[in-house]
Amino acid sequence: MAATRALVRGVRLGSYSIGRSRSLIFNSVQRRGIAACVDPSIGLTDEQKEFQKVAFDFAANEMAPHMAEWDQKEMFPVEAMRKAAQLGFGGIYVNPDVGGSGLSRLDTSIIFEALSTGCVSTTAYISIHNMCAWMIDTFGNNEQREKFCPDLCSMQKFASYCLTEPGSGSDAASLLTSAKLQGDHYILNGTKAFISGGGDTDVYVVMCRTGGKGPKGISCLVVEKGTPGLSFGKKEKKVMNIFGIRVLFRTGTPWSAIFLKDRNFSTGVNASSFVPTASCSLGAAHASVLLARDHMCVRKQFGETLSNSQFLQFKLAEMATKLVASRLLVRQAAVALQEGRPDAVSLCSMAKLFVTDECFSICNQALQIHGGYGYLKDYAVQQYVRDIRVHQILEGTNEVMRMIIARSLLTES
Amino acid sequence: MHRSSEVKHVASYLNTRGCECFGQPCESHCPVLTDRTIHVQLKTFIKIRVKPDRTGVVTDGVKHSMNPFCEIAVEEAIKLKEKKLVKEVVAVSCGPQQVQETIRTALAMGADRGIHVEVSGKDYETLGPLQVSKIFAALAKKEQADLIILGKQAIDDDCNQTGQMTAALLDWPQGTFASEMTLEADKLKVVREVDGGLETIKIKLPAVVTADLRLNTPRYATLPNIMKAKKKKIANVKPADLGVDVCSRLEVLKVDEPPQRQAGVKVETVDDLVGKLKEAGRV
Repeated sequence: MAATRALVRGVRLGSYSIGRSRSLIFNSVQRRGIAACVDPSIGLTDEQKEFQKVAFDFAANEMAPHMAEWDQKEMFPVEAMRKAAQLGFGGIYVNPDVGGSGLSRLDTSIIFEALSTGCVSTTAYISIHNMCAWMIDTFGNNEQREKFCPDLCSMQKFASYCLTEPGSGSDAASLLTSAKLQGDHYILNGTKAFISGGGDTDVYVVMCRTGGKGPKGISCLVVEKGTPGLSFGKKEKKVMNIFGIRVLFRTGTPWSAIFLKDRNFSTGVNASSFVPTASCSLGAAHASVLLARDHMCVRKQFGETLSNSQFLQFKLAEMATKLVASRLLVRQAAVALQEGRPDAVSLCSMAKLFVTDECFSICNQALQIHGGYGYLKDYAVQQYVRDIRVHQILEGTNEVMRMIIARSLLTES
Repeated sequence: MHRSSEVKHVASYLNTRGCECFGQPCESHCPVLTDRTIHVQLKTFIKIRVKPDRTGVVTDGVKHSMNPFCEIAVEEAIKLKEKKLVKEVVAVSCGPQQVQETIRTALAMGADRGIHVEVSGKDYETLGPLQVSKIFAALAKKEQADLIILGKQAIDDDCNQTGQMTAALLDWPQGTFASEMTLEADKLKVVREVDGGLETIKIKLPAVVTADLRLNTPRYATLPNIMKAKKKKIANVKPADLGVDVCSRLEVLKVDEPPQRQAGVKVETVDDLVGKLKEAGRV
C-alpha cells in the first residue's frame, strides 16, 4: 500500500496535493454498485456530484479501513482529518478569503453524508469543527477571523464547541459558566461537559454568561488551549468515540468576546448543527442499507438466501424508503437554511428529529438482519449502530427538537 | 532545465472503457467507465448480466467512472505540469454525453482543458481500440501534442492495445507499462514493468506512454479545484471532423457467462487420480 506523500507544491493556492493510500477495501460500501432508488447522487448538480465523489472516495480509502481501529483505540485521528482538510473539508461553508471552501449548506450536507460512510464519529467531529470555524467566520471581527479561521480551515488547529454543562443539557439557556470583564480581558469560570475533541483540540468556542439570566445573557468566547486555568477532566468511557470530555475554565482569557447575533437562543441550541448531525446519520444509514442488502444476498438459511424471504424483502424496502425520505428532508432543510427562509429553524429541527430517529432504526434493523454476525465487531454494522445512537441526543435532544417545532406551530395561532 | 518551450501539450487520453466487472473477465466491450481500485481477485458486487440476445452485457443504469489506469495517466500529466516540464494538459475521452463527467473529473484533478469526441449509440457499442487509436492519432496531429499518456488497458475488456496502436499510427516511439518516467533533455526515460522485471528505455519525443499501476498514486480532486474546473472548457468534436471512420472491423458473434463451476470428484489413491485424468483425456 503506497504511503501518502505530499507532492510538489501545486499552482496558485500553493496547496499540497495529497496522494491517497491505495487501500484494498473491496468490501467498502462506497465502492459498491448502488441501486438507483437509494442512489445519493440523484438530483444533484454535476458539481455536487463531484464533491460527493471526492468525499466517498476519501471515506473509502482514508477512513473506512481505520474506523474500527479508531473506535477500539479511542483515537482522535489527526492525520486523516488533516488530509481531509487539504481537500477543503476543514471549513466547507467558511468564506474563501480566510481559507474556507465557500460552499453552500446543501453541498456541506452532501459531503458529510458521504464522509460518514467512512467513519461516523470522526465525521461528526469534523462537522462540529466546521461549525466552530463558521461561527468565528460569521460573527467574529476581521482580526478574529484572520487569527483563527485559516488555521481551522487547514486543521492546523482543531476546534471544539462548548455549550453543555454538567447542570445544563437540554436547558442550555440555564448555563452557569460566567465571563466577567476585567480590564481588557474576561475572567471565565465554569465547567463544560461532553465536549467532542476536548483535550485534543486547540480552540474552544465557549458559550458563557456575560449578562443576566436566560438566553439573552449568553455570549460566545473563543479560548485557546494553553490558556492558564483551562484544564481537562478524564476521558469518559462512552459507547462511541470522540464524544467528549469535561473542559474546565478557571481563570482569565486574553481574548475578547464574540457576541452572537440572530441566534435561536430560546432553547439555547444552535440550529446550525442540526443539518450536519442529521447528514452524519444519513451516511451511516446508507452504509447499513447496502451492508444489509449484501448480507441478504449471501447468507443462506432454510435452503435459500435471505433475499428470498418476503419478510426481509419488505424490511429492506422499508429501510430504503425511510432512507430516501430522510435524505430528502435533510437536503430541503439545508436549502432552507442557506436561503435564510423563515421556516428554516423549524424545518432543520424536523429534519434532525426525523432523520436521526429513522436512521438509527435503519441501522438497528440492518444489524438485526445480520443476525448473530451483526453483533460481532468484525462487522461494521454494529459500529454504525453505536455511533449514530448518540445523534438522537447530542446537538439538541430529539425532545428539544419537538419543543422547537411545537413552539413554532403554537406561536402562529 | 526548462522544457516548457519544447513540450507544448501533454494529452492525457482517458479510456472510456471499463466496467463494474471487478476483475471478472468481460467478454465484450462495455461502454462503462470505472474508478475502482485496481485489484483482480475481487468478488463481483454488481451482478454482470449478459444481454438476452447475447451480443454483450447489460450496461443500462450501470454507474460510469474513470478507468483506474487512466486516472494514473492523468495524475502523471499533471505532475509534469507542476514540475513545469509541460505547458498544457489536455484530457480527451471518446463516447456519449456522459463521458463529460469523466473529463470534468480530470479537469478537477488539474488538467487545463478537455476534448469530448462524441461517439454514441450503435457506433459506441462497437467502438474498439483501433478506432479509438485512429481518433487519438488524428487529434494528436491536430493539437500538435508532444506526449500522449494513456492507461495501459481498460479494466473491462483488458485489450491493452490503444496505446500501442496509437503510437504505430503516428509512427511515434512508445513506452508501455510505465512504472516511472522522467524527461531528460529531449528524451523520455521510461522504466517499464515487463514479465522479466524492469526495463529502462530512452525514447525521443513526441512519444506515447501507457501508465501502469505503480507509476503514481492519483490525487483526490480538492473542493476548490472542482469549482475551478467548472470554468475550464470542454471542446466537442466528432470523429468525422477528424476524418476517422468509426465503423468496426470486428463483429461480436456471441457473449456468454463463464461456465458454471462443476463439482469435483474425490479419489482414494494416486492410481485412481491418474486413471480419472486419462478418462477425461487430460493425460
